[in-house]
Amino acid sequence: MNPEDLRYADSHEWVRIDADVGTIGITDHAQKQLGEIVYLELPEVGHMYDAGDEFGTVESVKAVSELFTPISGEVVEVNKGAIGEPGIINDDPFGDGWLIKLKVSTDVEIGKLMSADAYAEYVREEEQEK
Amino acid sequence: MAAPAAAPTVLRRTPLYELHRELGAKLIDFGGWEMPVQYAGILEEHRAVRERVGLFDVSHMGEFDVTGPDALACLQFLTPNDVAKLADGRIHYSAFLTERGTFVDDLLVYRKSADRYLLVVNAGNTPKDFAWAAEHARGDVKIVDASSDTALIAVQGPKAEALLARAASPDPSDLPYYGFRDTAVCGAATLVSRTGYTGEDGFEIYCRPEDAPRLFRTLLDEGRADGAVPCGLGARDTLRLEAKMALYGNDIDDTVTALEADLGWIVKLGKGDFIGRDALAAQKQAGVPRRLVGFEMVDRGIARHGYPARTAAGPGLVTSGTHSPTLGKPIGLALLPAAAAAVDTTFHVDIRGRDAAARVVATPFYKRSD
Repeated sequence: MNPEDLRYADSHEWVRIDADVGTIGITDHAQKQLGEIVYLELPEVGHMYDAGDEFGTVESVKAVSELFTPISGEVVEVNKGAIGEPGIINDDPFGDGWLIKLKVSTDVEIGKLMSADAYAEYVREEEQEK
Repeated sequence: MAAPAAAPTVLRRTPLYELHRELGAKLIDFGGWEMPVQYAGILEEHRAVRERVGLFDVSHMGEFDVTGPDALACLQFLTPNDVAKLADGRIHYSAFLTERGTFVDDLLVYRKSADRYLLVVNAGNTPKDFAWAAEHARGDVKIVDASSDTALIAVQGPKAEALLARAASPDPSDLPYYGFRDTAVCGAATLVSRTGYTGEDGFEIYCRPEDAPRLFRTLLDEGRADGAVPCGLGARDTLRLEAKMALYGNDIDDTVTALEADLGWIVKLGKGDFIGRDALAAQKQAGVPRRLVGFEMVDRGIARHGYPARTAAGPGLVTSGTHSPTLGKPIGLALLPAAAAAVDTTFHVDIRGRDAAARVVATPFYKRSD
């Protein structure tokens, strides 16, 4: 299930806002699509991103996928634990498998993201198109 | 995250398609076939084959029957390995080569008797191979494409022998590596060979398409006690790469010669004429310009198929690359200039715009202990 307190991007990342810090990860649906994740590349702290920028890559045995940030801001923390053991993204995509934290520069972008229900509907539609 | 590409047009299916769906397989387009890439997960399936036993549907592979009084002479001309050295019931690895000594395909040759052979070729190449063989065949020989009348189940792993010993009669346990015989598996007529594409001990069972679902299901049930699981093409790829077995379309194709592919051992220049012989003899004389080598990463990252390589002796190319489940680190194969192909040579790979150092290592990456 997609947690109600998160916001979701159509590129299958989630964002949790806590004061002026946004935590970003990939959804449970995304990790299932990828399969077992064996490699993760994340930026250094201090990197600046605009919404929609690629901030890293996640790789399963078979596939490489780019990661996109749904919001703008400066990287204030990266999940070193997930780099060392990327399987935690599969095990706990909404918790210990988070990827980066950004210092959020605007509230406008977060309002454009989907709610848990809207994202669930979006995934259903995407599946039907296949 | 970028969305994976959408599924394409009409795909061919093996007799085990319905069973794959029932077993929860994730299906993909593999060379025009709708095949299971994984069931429970690639890492778990890989581990099952290394430690226990795994079952693979490889019915998409192509099979040609080659028969007639000139079958031996014809195969000697069509393939580089020495077919005259094969005894009845024995198999060797070989290829169809172009006049340039590059690959039309790689294949297995089974000798049933002096005038009856079975060739097993790659799925996606079957029509091309059949046309090529028909065009180049000489003498009194008949080549029949039996692919659609043949299903193929691979049983791979250290527990494969025990499983087949219970399920097959006569018991194929005494078969040598690359030997085969007719036997009954779960009561169905089959040909069983001690072959595989995983680097483990194992067997491949050729059967009629109508028998395949029952055989696969029975072997899976019978093997549960040994920890048998169904395995997809994802694990097949990581298993074969750890064993440094070449994959047509990745590591070898019609631009790579048999000598460059480090497969000189299937090229018997002294056996008489065969297609590609002159080019390979000349290349051997002049020196092989590049080599297919194994590598590990020095820097972080997974170097994958098609990524450019840069060496002190000129450019190269990554032909296969993955995360090795057994070793727990990235490995791969690359075609590198011969002067940069020695073990321990450092080179660089362009990983989607990022420069990453890699190092040539001895292969295979994994070798079973017994």
